[in-house]
Amino acid sequence: MEGSLYRFVLRHSPVETALVCALTLASLPIYYLGLDVPKNIMNQAILGRGMEYPTQVFGVTLDQVGYLAVMCAVFFVLVIVNGAIKQYINTLKGRLGERLLRRLRYELIARILRFPQPHFRKVSSGELIPMVTAEVEPLGGFMGDAFVQPLIQAGTLLTIVTFLFIQNPIMGLAAIAMYPIQGYVIPKLQRRVNMLGKERVRTVRKLSDRINETVASAGDVHVHGTANWERADFSERLGLIYRIRFEIYQRKSFVKFLNNLLNQMTPFLFYAIGGYLVIKGQLTAGALTAALTANKDMTSPWKELLDYYQQSQDSKIKFEQVVEQFRPAGMLDEKIQEPILEPPPPLDGPIGFANVSLVDDAQNRVLEAVTLTIAPGETVAVLGPPSGGKDAIAMLLARLIVPSGGRITIGDADLTTLPEPVTGARLGYAPPHAYLASGTVRDTLIYGLRQRPVTAAKRDPAAEHARQRWLAEAAKAGNLPLDVEADWVDWSRAGIDDRRQFAARAMELLDAVDMADDVYQFGLRGRVDPATQPEITDAILKARAALRARIADPGLAALVEPFDPDRYNTNATLAENLLFGTPVDPAFEVDVLASNPLVQRVLTEAGLIDELIIIGRKVAETMVELFAGLPPGHEFFEQFSFISAEDLPQFQALLGRTQADVAPVNPADRARLLTLPFKLIDARHRLGLFDDALKQRMLAARGALAAALAREAPTAVAGFDPETYNAAATIQDNILFGKVAYGQAKSSARVGTLIAEVLDELTLRPVVMEVGLDFAVGVGGARLTAAQRQKLAIARNLVKRPDLLVINNAIASLDQASQTRVLDGVLRERGKSTLVWVMESTAAARRFDRILVVADGRVAEQGRFDELNRPGTAFAALAAQ
Amino acid sequence: MSIKEEVDILRNIPLFAKLEPAKLKLLAFTSERLTFAPGQPLFNQGDAGDAAYVIIDGEADVLVDTAAGKTRVATLGRNAIVGEIAILCDVPRTATVLANSPLTVLRIAKDTFFRLVTEFPQMAVEIMRELALRVERMNTQLREAMSRKAS
Repeated sequence: MEGSLYRFVLRHSPVETALVCALTLASLPIYYLGLDVPKNIMNQAILGRGMEYPTQVFGVTLDQVGYLAVMCAVFFVLVIVNGAIKQYINTLKGRLGERLLRRLRYELIARILRFPQPHFRKVSSGELIPMVTAEVEPLGGFMGDAFVQPLIQAGTLLTIVTFLFIQNPIMGLAAIAMYPIQGYVIPKLQRRVNMLGKERVRTVRKLSDRINETVASAGDVHVHGTANWERADFSERLGLIYRIRFEIYQRKSFVKFLNNLLNQMTPFLFYAIGGYLVIKGQLTAGALTAALTANKDMTSPWKELLDYYQQSQDSKIKFEQVVEQFRPAGMLDEKIQEPILEPPPPLDGPIGFANVSLVDDAQNRVLEAVTLTIAPGETVAVLGPPSGGKDAIAMLLARLIVPSGGRITIGDADLTTLPEPVTGARLGYAPPHAYLASGTVRDTLIYGLRQRPVTAAKRDPAAEHARQRWLAEAAKAGNLPLDVEADWVDWSRAGIDDRRQFAARAMELLDAVDMADDVYQFGLRGRVDPATQPEITDAILKARAALRARIADPGLAALVEPFDPDRYNTNATLAENLLFGTPVDPAFEVDVLASNPLVQRVLTEAGLIDELIIIGRKVAETMVELFAGLPPGHEFFEQFSFISAEDLPQFQALLGRTQADVAPVNPADRARLLTLPFKLIDARHRLGLFDDALKQRMLAARGALAAALAREAPTAVAGFDPETYNAAATIQDNILFGKVAYGQAKSSARVGTLIAEVLDELTLRPVVMEVGLDFAVGVGGARLTAAQRQKLAIARNLVKRPDLLVINNAIASLDQASQTRVLDGVLRERGKSTLVWVMESTAAARRFDRILVVADGRVAEQGRFDELNRPGTAFAALAAQ
Repeated sequence: MSIKEEVDILRNIPLFAKLEPAKLKLLAFTSERLTFAPGQPLFNQGDAGDAAYVIIDGEADVLVDTAAGKTRVATLGRNAIVGEIAILCDVPRTATVLANSPLTVLRIAKDTFFRLVTEFPQMAVEIMRELALRVERMNTQLREAMSRKAS
């Protein structure tokens, strides 16, 4: 990458830059005419000097007024042409600048992708992000101007000066008399500003790094009460930035002041010398006027030139300081990442380490002259003490680090120089701590199949044409012109024909890594839209019917209370009974239902509202009785109370000033009391406040609310209907279509088993699991447990059926039983893959063809389990730990 | 079935008999009412103890593992409390308890119970008194047994 901004511009858009410069030069004569014509209008057309009227212009006879009109018309045309050329030049350089900015950012990001892996321990995203985003932003405009702006302004200036010299050499000299002084003083002043500019970039970068760090460790700040220390530190940094910025401001404005002052000297010279010359008759008044106009015109380009100078210094610093951060030692060769559009060749030859050594950035010798061969299809367990070098072997095989000496080969190829699209497709690596990009479980699993666009996207000709132009534009800015909308997934690497077959393969692999049940649970919690996936929702409705048939059995009937439009559900809250559906609009969430105007209106019309408020008062009485003796903040409030500790005193006061069995009139009291019965679950809370008559009236209100909703807010609530699928509810809730009953021993677990049985009977488990594949894993896999992330990281390597699969201590966060199942699954599903597994467990190593014990950077011993599992070996020592 | 009935039953249990009604109500409210089908275990011998159960309705058998298999040592009915040792100290269940009829119980979870006791020292004192009485009773029984054996 070029170290200088100007070289970067020239190298990447020489033609455009030359074109803009040429156009600028071509526009200068026109600009010159723009100065010359007004002089002629003044002298010849208005004052009639040196002219005889009527006069001949291109064979046409004109009187003085006619001549004036022609000259004005010429002037007008010149103004238009000059403006048009300027506009065209501006468009060109705008495009030039934006393309260069795009190229610069692309180049920086591409470089991040080529950073050597250990470098990421030294740089933080807090530093990299502002560099790629904010810091280079102003460079876009500047790069467009880099060559053109000085050319335009200097050219304009030169034109004016030439004009003045032609008018009168003395006037010309007067005009430029101050420039040498300005040219000497200003750069001197600017130098200090440049140094400050560099310091500012560095300080701001450190600030953003510190902010990043503070965000990451916010918890520690609270735990250790160091907020004030942090604030003091930030205050110090901001103070530093303030000092630098203000000094820059002062210096810059002093430069401007000086420049203005010197500029003001020139008219003084004009009036003095020019006036003298006019009086002496050596200069016409028209020429002096034109000279004064020209001089006024000079201030603008001169000012622009100065601005440009300051800006160029600023941009140069920014560019250099950014680029310098993107040149770590040991960057990957650019060629390694070049796209390869053909299917990747196999890497199924034997793997060889020849005298491989590795020295880390702290100059520790991690591996010393390791020589070994691994046969294709062999399974190798690598064990050893911590930091003995086993981790390095895995990372070397995954090419996350490169050897400091010696060679690693696969077949005949040197691993270090193999292109990434090939190794990416043919090698698998599961790290000790997996980071998953946000997306669904499915996206995570197919991530390793995206080395190249495999099938072009299908578009109509117009869209295709637009896309080609889009990609051509990318190429012009040096970006990769590959279509991100194409299908990049190489299904054949997964051993299947297309997307449709993937779900079945995914199930096998999820089972292999002991994650089938997790994904089944994700599926149960998933939502499906009957409009787009009717086959799934129809199947789920069958499961609902089957479950209903199951719980008709008297032994199971008590477990679930189904939703019945004609019955009050005693295991649901009053709010749920009233709404009888899943809220879609947040205004109908059960927590806020009591304050919903539509609900209140329906309850008032049903004559229920006073009754509910009286019940609310009874609930309040009970709550005050039960919880008043507890200190605020006691866990019981959150777990059991309908009233929070903060609100309890208000309710106590409310009870004191209102009567039992009479609904208060104060609207605030009414609203407060009304929220309480909405949370009551008859079967759970056992307060005995709802009698059958009230339940019947609540059912009537349910019907009235449904009618009102259908009229006024038809999409706010997805109602419960035994015959239709509820798109707003989860699959599990759709199957259950009711409430798990309180008061039944282990009811949740038993219902879970029932649902599983029903789904298995109808062979619907794969359908539910397929919905589970669409579960979003969250940023960095945050919605998964550490164990689930590890399992997915292994599964996605199995998906691509690599020639070599390296697993680097990747199942340590799993429990023992699960570790065994994953080991079984991987051994079963690896097919012909060579497997290298860095592990801690000497017992698991028994199942591998060969065991390597790596200690002190060397292969201490190797052999079959029965060869090594003898007293006195390093392996036995490890096993004894 | 309402919480009032549960409070009445709790009052009949010596361990809780001296507690004020409001506290008993809180204990009932924070506990779960559960039903078990005949043959369904409340817990098995050797399980970690996480709750005590008060029988509201029905009967339960207490079984102990012996060399000859499970032996019934007692049958509990209404107002009995079972498993209370487990919520006072960390010991595994010393017996298996099975419902032998449709059984309704109040399940008092260990952590809920502990939070109540820590919050209301009066409760702790009453429970200590009850436990001390039990120890005293057992001592008496032991003395009697020893003297019988001696004679």
